[in-house]
Amino acid sequence: MSVLAEVGYYEEWWVQILKAIVIFAVGLQLVPVVLIAERKLLGRFQSRYGPNRVGPFGLLQPLAEILKLLTKEQFRPRTSVGFLFALAPLVSIVTAVAAFAIIPFGNVQHIFGERVGLYGLDVSIGPLYLFAFGAVAFYGIMLGGWSSGSKYSFLGAMRGAAQLISYEVSQGLALLGVVMTAQTLSLTGIVYAQASMWYFIPQFFGFLIFLTASFAETNRVPFDLTEAEAELVGGYNTEYGGGRFASYFFAEYLNVIIVSGIVTTVFFGGWLLPFGIHPPGWVDPFVVLFKMAIFTFLFIWVRATLPRLRYDQLMSFGWKVLLPLATLNALVTAVLVVVTH
Amino acid sequence: MPETPPQVPVVSPVDAPQLPPATPSGGVTVTAWSPGEDVIEVTRTPAPGPARSTWRTFVETLRGLMTTFGRLVEGPTTIQYPEEKTPVYPRFRGRHKLHKFEDTGLEKCVGCSLCAAACPADCIRVVAAENTPEHRVSAGERYAAVYEINLSRCIFCGYCEIACPFDAITMGHDYELSDYDRTDLIFTKEMLLAEPLERTPLRTEDE
Repeated sequence: MSVLAEVGYYEEWWVQILKAIVIFAVGLQLVPVVLIAERKLLGRFQSRYGPNRVGPFGLLQPLAEILKLLTKEQFRPRTSVGFLFALAPLVSIVTAVAAFAIIPFGNVQHIFGERVGLYGLDVSIGPLYLFAFGAVAFYGIMLGGWSSGSKYSFLGAMRGAAQLISYEVSQGLALLGVVMTAQTLSLTGIVYAQASMWYFIPQFFGFLIFLTASFAETNRVPFDLTEAEAELVGGYNTEYGGGRFASYFFAEYLNVIIVSGIVTTVFFGGWLLPFGIHPPGWVDPFVVLFKMAIFTFLFIWVRATLPRLRYDQLMSFGWKVLLPLATLNALVTAVLVVVTH
Repeated sequence: MPETPPQVPVVSPVDAPQLPPATPSGGVTVTAWSPGEDVIEVTRTPAPGPARSTWRTFVETLRGLMTTFGRLVEGPTTIQYPEEKTPVYPRFRGRHKLHKFEDTGLEKCVGCSLCAAACPADCIRVVAAENTPEHRVSAGERYAAVYEINLSRCIFCGYCEIACPFDAITMGHDYELSDYDRTDLIFTKEMLLAEPLERTPLRTEDE
């Protein structure tokens, strides 16, 4: 047995580089779309329009915002630790893009005579890869908050650390149920295992727990205590501005997209369609994107609805409610898998 | 002879606020305030257990989500201001208008300065002049040679309108009165007499 993780299918090296570029480009394009969708939808949820002045229907708003951020001065507090301060947003963005690589948008297709898998990488350790990069992404927040040399940033980072540790466990345990049912860790394998039934039906509680924990993992409302602008100014990114802040922002929204992708893949059958519909292969990415859009909508919907939790509520919910439920879910699934096989 | 300094009241320790006498234990006696009959019993349901509170959180979250989704379905209520205007009521007190007689075209204002007298913000300035047969401006004996309202001072109370014996000045519906210069907000007679650009929609019956 090899030390390295097995990979489902290897392409030629140049195909892999091309795929990496395409995936990064797609990810980069999705972020502004989510940005404008969020601002527009938040407006509608609050009986107002949202941005509608820049360009047709305000669609150029994210472009204007990103341009504004990128043209701003790079600022660094005197008390900050220089190279870490510059490195931290990079860590966030690199881990986010890396995690994006394992979301399968379809199976192996024949494109111009080459067999290409519509995913960055089909590793045999799918969810583990995700959690590994999730754990590294936490350094982005932690280093950013600590190296800023500001109390608010530091408090935000500490909260982020505690929150990520608490909720990562529940998230992992919620995925464990699916992994046991599918008998594989490969994400494409998990999708194929859902051919008869999408896992959100047998793993409904797992789905709910994973979704809730994902809100905490992505630092979204109602678990956005790392930002908590009412208490901590801006949390871990208080001292950041310009391009570095844009990097954090980019990573945050990319994380929302990734989590939507993982929920789609793991619980909602990835590129599979219900009622035995088998469209041609080129439809698959659009099916995945459509499902991802639904979950991104849910993220925005929840943000428009729920108030932020108090810190002790966050902790007690994570450890006293979510973790026992996730453990119970994993245990019951394990028993059922053994009984039925 | 040197003036005697004014008599200052003598403050003695006797005038100092008196604390209640100390009790034998050394503390200060505090008599509890009695609410009397003014008590409302608050009935609280017993705090729900963990399972019930989790369930309740779940249900209430869903209810909250439905509430926001309802707003999404309803659509926005925003009035897109520079393009759409808030309609005003017929008696809305906006920028003033001076009036002329429809038939003769003479000004209604006779320069009596009652409006200026009634104005609490002191923003109206009227300088009257005599009408002559060659130069007849108003229907009365005199007319307002100068009629200025400083709209940066005006509080839109409408007293000028009430004070006017000839209904020469009324409050219009125009409320878009921003300008780049304060001097531009001093409206002259010509500006007040001119038909205002009807930019303000009027509220309809059912609004």
